Amino acid sequence: MALGADDASAAGSHAGAHASVRDLLRLWPWLRPYRGYLIFMLVVATLAMVVQSVLPIITAALIDGPIARHETSGMYPLIGLALLFGVLEAVLFGIRRWAMNISSLAIETDLRRDFYQHLQRLPVSFHDRWSSGQLLSRVTSDLSMLRRFVGFMAVFVVANLAVIVVVLAMLIRLHTVLGLAVCVVMLPLAVVTRYFERRYNIEARRAQDLTGDLATGVEESVLGIRVVKSFGRRGQLLQNFTGDATRLREAELGKNRTLATLWTIIGTYPQLVLAGVTCFGVLAVANGSLSQGDLVAFITLQLRLNWPLMAMGWLIAGTEETVAATARLFEVFDTASDITDPPSPVRLAGPWNQPARLQFSDVCFRFPGAAEDTLHGLNLDIAPGETMALVGATGSGKTVLTSLVGRLHDVTGGAVKIDGVPVNQLSLEELRRTVSTAFEDATLFSASVRENLTLGRPEATDEEVAEAIEIAQAGFVHELPYALETRVGEQGLSLSGGQRQRLALARAVIGRPRVLVLDDPLSALDVHTESQVEKALRRVLGATTALVVAHRASTVLLADRVALLDGGRITAVGTHSELMATNSSYRNLLSQDASQDAQEVSV
Amino acid sequence: MSTGLSGTPATERPDDPDGQAPAVPVVQWRGRYDRKESEDEQAVVAEGRPRLDPEARRLLFELIRPYRRQVIILLALVVGQVITTMAAPLLIGMAIDHGLPDALDGNYRTLMQLTLALVTAATVAGGLQWVFLRRTGIVGQAVLFDLRRRVFDHTQRLSVSWHERFTSGRVISRLTSDIDTLRELLDSSLDGLLLSVLNIVVISVVMLVLDPWLALIALIALIPLFLLFRWFSAHSTVAFRRTRESVALLIVQFVETLNGIRAVQAFRREPRNDAIFEVLNNDYRDANRKVFDLHAIFIPGVTLIGNIATVTVLFIGGYRVAEGGLALGVLTAFLLYLREFYGPMEDVAIFYNSLQSATAALEKLALVLDEEPSVPAPAHPVPLPHPTAGEIRFDSVEFSYDLKAERPVTVLHELDLCIQSGQTVALVGATGAGKTTIAKLISRFYDPTEGQVRLDGVALNELSDLDLHTAVVMITQDGFLFSGSVADNIAFGRPGATRAEIEQAARAVGAEEFIRRLPAGFDTDVRKRGGRLSAGQRQLIAFARAFLADPAVLILDEATSSLDIPTERAVQRALRTVLHGRTALIIAHRLSTVAIADRVLVLDAGRVIEDGTPADLIATVDGQYAALHTAWLDSLV
Repeated sequence: MALGADDASAAGSHAGAHASVRDLLRLWPWLRPYRGYLIFMLVVATLAMVVQSVLPIITAALIDGPIARHETSGMYPLIGLALLFGVLEAVLFGIRRWAMNISSLAIETDLRRDFYQHLQRLPVSFHDRWSSGQLLSRVTSDLSMLRRFVGFMAVFVVANLAVIVVVLAMLIRLHTVLGLAVCVVMLPLAVVTRYFERRYNIEARRAQDLTGDLATGVEESVLGIRVVKSFGRRGQLLQNFTGDATRLREAELGKNRTLATLWTIIGTYPQLVLAGVTCFGVLAVANGSLSQGDLVAFITLQLRLNWPLMAMGWLIAGTEETVAATARLFEVFDTASDITDPPSPVRLAGPWNQPARLQFSDVCFRFPGAAEDTLHGLNLDIAPGETMALVGATGSGKTVLTSLVGRLHDVTGGAVKIDGVPVNQLSLEELRRTVSTAFEDATLFSASVRENLTLGRPEATDEEVAEAIEIAQAGFVHELPYALETRVGEQGLSLSGGQRQRLALARAVIGRPRVLVLDDPLSALDVHTESQVEKALRRVLGATTALVVAHRASTVLLADRVALLDGGRITAVGTHSELMATNSSYRNLLSQDASQDAQEVSV
Repeated sequence: MSTGLSGTPATERPDDPDGQAPAVPVVQWRGRYDRKESEDEQAVVAEGRPRLDPEARRLLFELIRPYRRQVIILLALVVGQVITTMAAPLLIGMAIDHGLPDALDGNYRTLMQLTLALVTAATVAGGLQWVFLRRTGIVGQAVLFDLRRRVFDHTQRLSVSWHERFTSGRVISRLTSDIDTLRELLDSSLDGLLLSVLNIVVISVVMLVLDPWLALIALIALIPLFLLFRWFSAHSTVAFRRTRESVALLIVQFVETLNGIRAVQAFRREPRNDAIFEVLNNDYRDANRKVFDLHAIFIPGVTLIGNIATVTVLFIGGYRVAEGGLALGVLTAFLLYLREFYGPMEDVAIFYNSLQSATAALEKLALVLDEEPSVPAPAHPVPLPHPTAGEIRFDSVEFSYDLKAERPVTVLHELDLCIQSGQTVALVGATGAGKTTIAKLISRFYDPTEGQVRLDGVALNELSDLDLHTAVVMITQDGFLFSGSVADNIAFGRPGATRAEIEQAARAVGAEEFIRRLPAGFDTDVRKRGGRLSAGQRQLIAFARAFLADPAVLILDEATSSLDIPTERAVQRALRTVLHGRTALIIAHRLSTVAIADRVLVLDAGRVIEDGTPADLIATVDGQYAALHTAWLDSLV
């Protein structure tokens, strides 16, 4: 996990450092459907800001015209015009927001949907590397950053630039020298802003990473609460948490310092310019190169520059954050799944509900980044309808072997074949319909029992569900408050380990699989339930090809034959009694003979 | 066979590419559950403004209390800043009304003085702004830091049963997203709001002084503004709550998909999940749309009212200037002030949602902080006798889950039990017989509903947390691993243990061999909650962790269920040595594990129905343990 976070943050800051505004163009496919709205927003926003800038001009005309001439009757048309523009400004604002709401929310929603769909199809090895927290922050905060950018910032970058240009042009028209002076004097602001924005971005990125670290600590302290409690380690955890929180506070304060300085410069500098404008403006009126009304207009217009200029700083910050957020999104979007459908999938011959042959030929497997193979050159042949138990010491690679059948991981050498077809030549859909797997740790989703059982087969009939429940001895589900409609999992009723395992088993057998892979399916069951489940399982196993990881003799006895996995290879295959009689390492693995134990102890 | 899975073939070949049309409407997937889902989401009062609960108000007060002097300084700073900023339009007005006539007379002194005043005002305002922003940051972060620590520590104090009821997802979101909401409030808008409110006050005063009649027009415009705001806040509260609810569902779906990715892929749930996510995603979008549409009316509405008021002031003011009753500079100053007067009201809308989420977050946090630990720490802990002998006694212990529910489930009835020091006791019985409950009572994850559990004669609820858990350690089935190295995870049992001690512990439980084979041995990062290790390996590490802790009482709750037999045998061999001189309680489904026990308790529906040495119980005719034992021997072949 920690390593995953490091990987991600390293990659992220890398992306942040080299990402440029150009990367935003990669969002185009998602913007495209809404380009009409976006252009409309741009036009309306610009219009609104121009309208805003017209008001001071009207004011100037009023002061120099009717007011200066003391003709109150001449005021009405100009006041009417001012009122019209005032109303127009508000209406344009409203229209812009309406267009923004439709388009930016739709773009965010589309992106989130595509991100989720992409994630679901990335291989297990990717998910082992990335914590869900890291991905969650992409789908929530990074995406809302993007939404704000698309709906708001991008529009205002353009609209504000337009306003700045228009206002400066008007200032120059009112008084050429003074206007040009304002232009020149305002320029350094952009440079300074840029410098602080960059600094802020680096600091914000760091704060974000530290927030992630803190979240990881929180997650572990909550998920591991039983361990923490049973060792009385509250103090130690609080100390770690305090360390994380202190680092986060430092980072946040760094951000704060940069921002405070930036805001102060942005806020103060235009005021200083205003002082200059007032001074020289009054002098200009005194020497007759500016009218009194134009002076008021000049000052008001110059003030109109403040907001767009301040906003520009904030918009640049937002743009850079968006660039970073986009980079983080594409970090995931750019990860292609290496477990994909073949270009031209082979279809399995034979009746769809008949057991298939499962073969491992020269299978090698190495975890990404591991120094050596976990499995090397493994061979195993399971005949149609046969049940093969897989026995091996802890860490011998049994679980990874089971994940190769349904291509949760891909072999790094050799092939797993179903009815002679390598699994990577089948479509994933067909493969995973053919192979059903019950995992050792039974994951339940916060959904109804029925949903948890059918998972990928919502079309399963009630009979099929009932049958699977019966086979897995999971009849307890009928006793739940709403029977099959009861919500279980994190957000619902919590179930015991044994109950979860029986649901996982029911889930596996419901698919009428041609190949069934069970990873130690009975480990969390008590003796009573286990014997009941075993009886029911025998019925299923008779009709399917099965690979059953077993730790116990009782589980092994469900199988027709047993394979012994040792040192990454299958070293022996035979019936339980054969292997007990002939293979000492097998005997060592499975004999629960207390006397053998006692002997070993007494030695 | 006809009832078996291979029975009648289904009516249709399921491999027909039937697209994604789900047979069950997507809305039905969630199922039913009775807990009020939003019991902690109801913090925002439905009608009107967000108003803090008494608990939340108290919390806020407690949080700010240590910094009250700082807050007063902050208020002084912001007042200073507003005053110096507000001076500018006034000075400009004076420049026009007084500086200009003097300049026309060739006297530039007034103009220069006013310019200097403008520069000074701007500089002082800037300086005050910087100090204010820095100080709000420092105080805000200090408050957040305190709150974080407090909530974290409090949740860690709360009992396991609370965590089970509250669910980990919600605890995590309190500690992360809810606190983050408060940070956002501090980050962006708090100083802005303070400035806006003060601006309005200061400007009102200045305007009243400058010209009461024009000021009246500006102030009258506040009435429609207030009505607009009332309308907005009422609707916004409801709409905003919907966004919180819909995003919560979205996040659950997202996280559960990722954490259960193996099952998702193996069972081809992707299309179904796509359909479910689409619904949740669209719900979230629609909820957001509602909120944003309210903004799309409110914010332009403020602009409209502001513009109309400004034009009115311009009209009446201009009329009076033309008539000679008002100086042009005053009118200019007025127009400048009005911009500052109505403009910030738009920020209030944006701020309002931050404030709402922050209020809701604060209330949720206050609720968590208000939870009393159901296994409270004693006010005056009784020390354990040293050395701890490890005798455990249950005095008429009764235990029920869900006492508040309509039908509380009584798990243990009137249990009297004495486990002598040094005894190894095995608990046997079906699921739900109460084995795990006994274990959890001894490690004080729960307190009994009735009666007492004692360690060396001291009631557990009189012991300090540290004393108790130094003496009693429980190893659970899940074998949770923290991020970090294998060695770190073992050292969790005894902080400060040397590397040699860690390796020794691993060796004792037979974990050393596989650990050495890991890429970096003891320094291998376990990654994502040990996902890279098998369940058995995780359990071994958990074992080593417990051995390193060296407790007087060791509880093994299904701790060997995922071990293979040789490892289990090795662990059992180690256990014989390790358990020597220790009290041990072993819960196991496997009778093999029971073999090393001195005493076996057979539990049924919360009562001890058999109690004796394994040999005695096996010899009991018609005994339940004897029957189990026979069945087990059969299974060995």
